[in-house]
Amino acid sequence: MNTQDLAKNIRIDAINMVNKGGSSHIGSVLSIVDILAVLYGVIMNYDSENPKLESRDRFILSKGHAGAGVYAVLAEVGFFNKSELLNHCQNGSKFSGHVSHKDVPGVELSTGALGHGLPVSVGMALRAKLDNLNYKVFVVLGDGELDEGSNWEAFMFAAHKKLNNLCVIIDRNNLQSMDTTENTLALEPLADKIQAFGWKVQEVDGHDHVALNKALNTSSSTPLCIIANTIKGKGVSYMENSIEWHYKTPKDNQFKQAISELEAL
Amino acid sequence: MRDAMMKALFELANDNKDLVLITGDLGFGLFEGFSEKLPSQFINIGIAEQNMIGVATGLALEGKTVFVYSIGNFPTLRCLEQIRNDACYHDLNINIICMGAGFSYGALGMSHHATEDIAIMRALPGVTVISPSTEYEAYSSTINLSKQAGVGYLRLDKSKVENINEKVERFKIGKGRVLLDGSDYAIIACGGIVNEAISAAHELNNKNISCKVISMHTIKPMDNALIHNCVKNLKGIISLEEGNITGGMGSAILEVCLNTGKFPLKMKMLGIKDEYISIVGSQKYLRDSVGISKKFIVDAILEMDRL
Repeated sequence: MNTQDLAKNIRIDAINMVNKGGSSHIGSVLSIVDILAVLYGVIMNYDSENPKLESRDRFILSKGHAGAGVYAVLAEVGFFNKSELLNHCQNGSKFSGHVSHKDVPGVELSTGALGHGLPVSVGMALRAKLDNLNYKVFVVLGDGELDEGSNWEAFMFAAHKKLNNLCVIIDRNNLQSMDTTENTLALEPLADKIQAFGWKVQEVDGHDHVALNKALNTSSSTPLCIIANTIKGKGVSYMENSIEWHYKTPKDNQFKQAISELEAL
Repeated sequence: MRDAMMKALFELANDNKDLVLITGDLGFGLFEGFSEKLPSQFINIGIAEQNMIGVATGLALEGKTVFVYSIGNFPTLRCLEQIRNDACYHDLNINIICMGAGFSYGALGMSHHATEDIAIMRALPGVTVISPSTEYEAYSSTINLSKQAGVGYLRLDKSKVENINEKVERFKIGKGRVLLDGSDYAIIACGGIVNEAISAAHELNNKNISCKVISMHTIKPMDNALIHNCVKNLKGIISLEEGNITGGMGSAILEVCLNTGKFPLKMKMLGIKDEYISIVGSQKYLRDSVGISKKFIVDAILEMDRL
């Protein structure tokens, strides 16, 4: 499956999951779908039949509220059966609204509280250096999540240890829980800040698969940060750039419209 | 106690190249031998406790056995959510060492008084909580924590029990050690303050009251059998801890009683009342100030004995 088809499937899976589960954060999921599709479609080394293969690349979703996207991509690439996805957020389900690793093959880390994923990714990347292993660690952070100070502790430490096997992708959709990032707690000049912490920084269109692929293949002697400029709710017209879809569940006609728009992609 | 822990860690790390020690930039003069001989197994991560637990989690997910070290409340309260969500929820062998139990750093002020850590750490599912009273217990708990799965919390004290036969009872996680035997009352305590319990027991012995002194080094999992034994055979129990009375070791003992429906005839909990201490002083001075030193233990048992 090419990455465009993979992205389309993930989007449709995610809309179905949140509709059935009555859950939220669909805007945040749609924001990172293209990043997931490129990572799992062409960048990362993994074996869905052997999820704990030592040489695999590791993926961490730090903005755990977009977990539906991770469950969907894992099902699409064969870690488990797609039919399981509709258990998302159902009573007794292991597929929680925020991504959980328990009994879900392919999920490396449970997240949900923000600012946790990067420090753990740093530990995983450090272990590869300590033991001379070649795997890479990819971690997706939300831009609003950068308010959490723990990320900046980890930015410093990763650069200090020259972890060039670590790649952070920032989902830069400019929106956080109640307002824009710049009105809430201004991040700009974001690229300069991260560069000043000792990282190599690339800025790309986070929905352009060719650009993402190229950026993810950047070689560096330092840790790599890709600022992926994205649109929250990407792919569903009435969700794009709208904060309310951080919270709402598409139902009835909105659900039908979302599916129809995505199928036409 | 700190040196005993370090001796154990060095031995463990020598035998296991997958053991990593991380400090949050504390322990000046403590780690030189370790970091010089085993540089690839030692990290000073800086003054960044959230990152410390996160990195420990990443390393442990990849199969490392990790010990993290800091003082007071820094390796626990400062990064509690990382301990809960990252270390605990992922069932990892991460052991958190806090130097400075209770008022160990009494003169440094309330920021450095580790007085709620027992209650908070034991509230996290699966965490083994250990507060040793002797160097032997500190050494043995370090060795034992490294070999068991799950998160451990090791609370080291500046004070310690001295002048006892250390090998009276072998150390085992979850099994309290009877340091002095007695037939009337039990003083169940953890940490260096067990020393005050032993002094109190000697004084009470002169008044013909016989006290058993137990070092309940493991607060979680609690030694249910030993509690039952005290409940069944003695006239009463005093719990003694250098920590907030709310949710601490005494509460853990009472939980055992509540769960079994078997209660001591008399019980009193000695600990820090539910308040912060704004004065400073030595560990001994602050124990006197908050009413948990020898005199208060003796008075509590005498009162119990009168009623």
